[in-house]
Amino acid sequence: MDNIAIELRGIDKSFGPVHANKNINLKVRKGTIHGIIGENGAGKSTLMSILYGFYQADSGEILVDGKPVAIRDPNAAIAAGIGMVHQHFMLVENFTVLENIMLGAEDSQILNKGIAKARVELKRLEREYALEVDPDAVIEELPVGLQQRVEILKALYRRADILILDEPTGVLTPAEADHLFRVLGQLKNQGKTVILITHKLREIMAITDEVSVMRRGEMVATRTTAETSVEELAELMVGRRVLLRVEKGEAKPGEVKLAVEGLTVKDGRGVTMVDNVSFNLKAGEIVGIAGVAGNGQSELLEAISGIRRAVSGSVLLNGKPIEVTGRADPSELRNRGLAHVPEDRHHVGLVLKFEECENAILGYHHDKRYLNGVFLNVDAIRKDAEKRIAEYDIRPPNPRLKTANFSGGNQQKIVLAREMERGPDVLIIGQPTRGVDVGAIEFIHRRIIEMRDQGMAVLLVSVELDEIRALSDRILVMFAGRVVGERGPDATEGELGLLMAGVEGRKEAAE
Amino acid sequence: MDFFHVLVVLLESTIRVSVPLIFAALAGLFTERAGIFDIGLEGKMLGAAFAAGAVAAVTQSVWMGLLAAILISIALSLVHGYASITQRGNQIVSGVAINFIVAGSTVILGEAWFRQGGRTPALGEGARFQTITFPYADSIREIPILGPIYSDLLSGHFILTYVAFAMVPISWWILYRTRFGLRLRAVGENPGAVDTAGISVIWMRYRAVICCGILCGFAGAYLSLAMTAGFVKGMTAGKGYIALAALIFAKWRPFNIMLACLLFGFLDALAIRLQGNPLPLIGQVPVQLMQALPYILTVILLAGFIGKAIPPKAGGVPYVKER
Repeated sequence: MDNIAIELRGIDKSFGPVHANKNINLKVRKGTIHGIIGENGAGKSTLMSILYGFYQADSGEILVDGKPVAIRDPNAAIAAGIGMVHQHFMLVENFTVLENIMLGAEDSQILNKGIAKARVELKRLEREYALEVDPDAVIEELPVGLQQRVEILKALYRRADILILDEPTGVLTPAEADHLFRVLGQLKNQGKTVILITHKLREIMAITDEVSVMRRGEMVATRTTAETSVEELAELMVGRRVLLRVEKGEAKPGEVKLAVEGLTVKDGRGVTMVDNVSFNLKAGEIVGIAGVAGNGQSELLEAISGIRRAVSGSVLLNGKPIEVTGRADPSELRNRGLAHVPEDRHHVGLVLKFEECENAILGYHHDKRYLNGVFLNVDAIRKDAEKRIAEYDIRPPNPRLKTANFSGGNQQKIVLAREMERGPDVLIIGQPTRGVDVGAIEFIHRRIIEMRDQGMAVLLVSVELDEIRALSDRILVMFAGRVVGERGPDATEGELGLLMAGVEGRKEAAE
Repeated sequence: MDFFHVLVVLLESTIRVSVPLIFAALAGLFTERAGIFDIGLEGKMLGAAFAAGAVAAVTQSVWMGLLAAILISIALSLVHGYASITQRGNQIVSGVAINFIVAGSTVILGEAWFRQGGRTPALGEGARFQTITFPYADSIREIPILGPIYSDLLSGHFILTYVAFAMVPISWWILYRTRFGLRLRAVGENPGAVDTAGISVIWMRYRAVICCGILCGFAGAYLSLAMTAGFVKGMTAGKGYIALAALIFAKWRPFNIMLACLLFGFLDALAIRLQGNPLPLIGQVPVQLMQALPYILTVILLAGFIGKAIPPKAGGVPYVKER
């Protein structure tokens, strides 16, 4: 009994009509890495927020080291030895590392004394856990991997024995993620308990000792990692058998549909985000662009789809130029056969306050079949939406429902249905499955491959390396705005990872 | 020597008109650094000036006047705080509302209580601040250069003037060298970080708002108890907005704020000085142009010369725990 670090008994939590956590029981053994896996909205984050005192459970009990504790706010959690690394870092970006670590644990009213003490303590922690970081560096100048390290140090500085990490690898390169896992292993060896929340099955298999699966607010199973398999966990998460890797045939590339030549794009601050990028996209193939977020992929997509103005370069769509450096008009591009599924569906792809059927025609609302003279033909729009809802299995099947009320996966299906149904020549997709559940991912992947087989040219950008490898016929890797390498679909993860980190690419460029 | 004399007079009045700007801009510094935009500096200052004038007139005590100014200003700040922190309202709307309410109610109350057309009665010696003369100020005035600087520029101001300039390093010290300041700045940049560190975001922001109230109280009291002897309706005359401009111009940093306020004060002093006096080569300059100078300068300098002024990141956004 005394080797249980944290026990949850009958935790229940509702937000209005949403029952986020239903009678959750969980035991985490001391000195282990315990994974919690589940789809988006399964209630993982809510459960951890309750553990960290962000929310109060409606009922249930939390035991730390066998003793019941009331965790009313983060202070109580910290006092109980619980530390948390949030998915979105809780750091003050223009403060130094030291200031961030001290915040809330300053010791005295005047900072000077505390600073000296914190410096010493930080040095000790750095040595003990091999977590080096310059205490006087300003957070916003550090790479994300180091920012995350600061978050971990923050928790350790507060003498946390139990460390909760919420989706920690989402922003990391494969190399940084590997390093994080080594650090977590080290923490475990030093007797700390780690709770890792993720939706990535691979991470669970790689690092955890035990894993608990959540589905729709319930804790459905706990397994010893060594005795389970990816397939079993996926099935537990979704509640049915899932195909993790989509079947696809050989690509039959046809003529060039999209030719990008020397494209250079700068952001608002004048920083070059896309640097002289050239590639061809042929009918009937999927070209994947891999890279760590922020290496120019977003800007590349935006420039090609006419949302952002490029500085120089040219793009040919079906052999005819797009005015990428001038006033490229997205709606004109759409008419010319270029459809775009934007990376950020909430801000660019959908109007969340609109009804589903209104979003289903967004951008195509000038189409004759939706119009009745100058008015919208509401009947036709709804009928069309109903058809699409059936085809894409969008749930709930109600075209009048406000779009905000659909889950992430279903929202994405709304956008995909809208853009794919027109049968465009070129389909540009950014992050097709970001925030999308495993079940829906399978559907979306199958759909993308179907489109390819029908002869569509697909340009796919994703930060999920697995996704890129599963779907692409050719893989381009972007680093610091440039395409640093092209690989076939059989490229190994390690090989792509090095390119993404800019290690291999430099060599290649030098040759 | 004549030029030097003019310069000393000009600088002396620069200091005089800069004082309320410094108080108000520092007041704005505390709230805005905590993530609450405060367009209501003007209203708080005006309310404080009225309270100071009214209470000093009734009690015949300058200190009671100052105290009243601070209390009223804090009360108004708390209204703004309640609207924008607890009720998560729009901070601009709340600030503007305070400006309007104060502009109207000071006149109404003043007329109801004192029947002097919205003014408060003229204050006698004991009911307003007196200038402080440094030792030997009179005897060394005749020494060239140093004499006038000591006797006219440094000596002969109100105590609040010295307090205002002392508040600049003190504010800096509070913001950058104390736990309170660290947390206050953090709450204006990323309240989530403060919340997860186990500190109450709401309480931090309320404390910032109270600091703002105290400083605005000083600004208002200076107007009606030092600069003039009593309250006149609308006597802030846009100083709250100029202070806000100085705050942005200074990129939310204490010492820059002092320099910005002195610059704006100098332009103001120059405008007064130039009234009716034609400039060589240019000729008569319209007063309105001179009065508009601080604003024009802010726009021009912000547009190109001093680089981008980046406001506190969480400024204007009420804190809601994300679900």
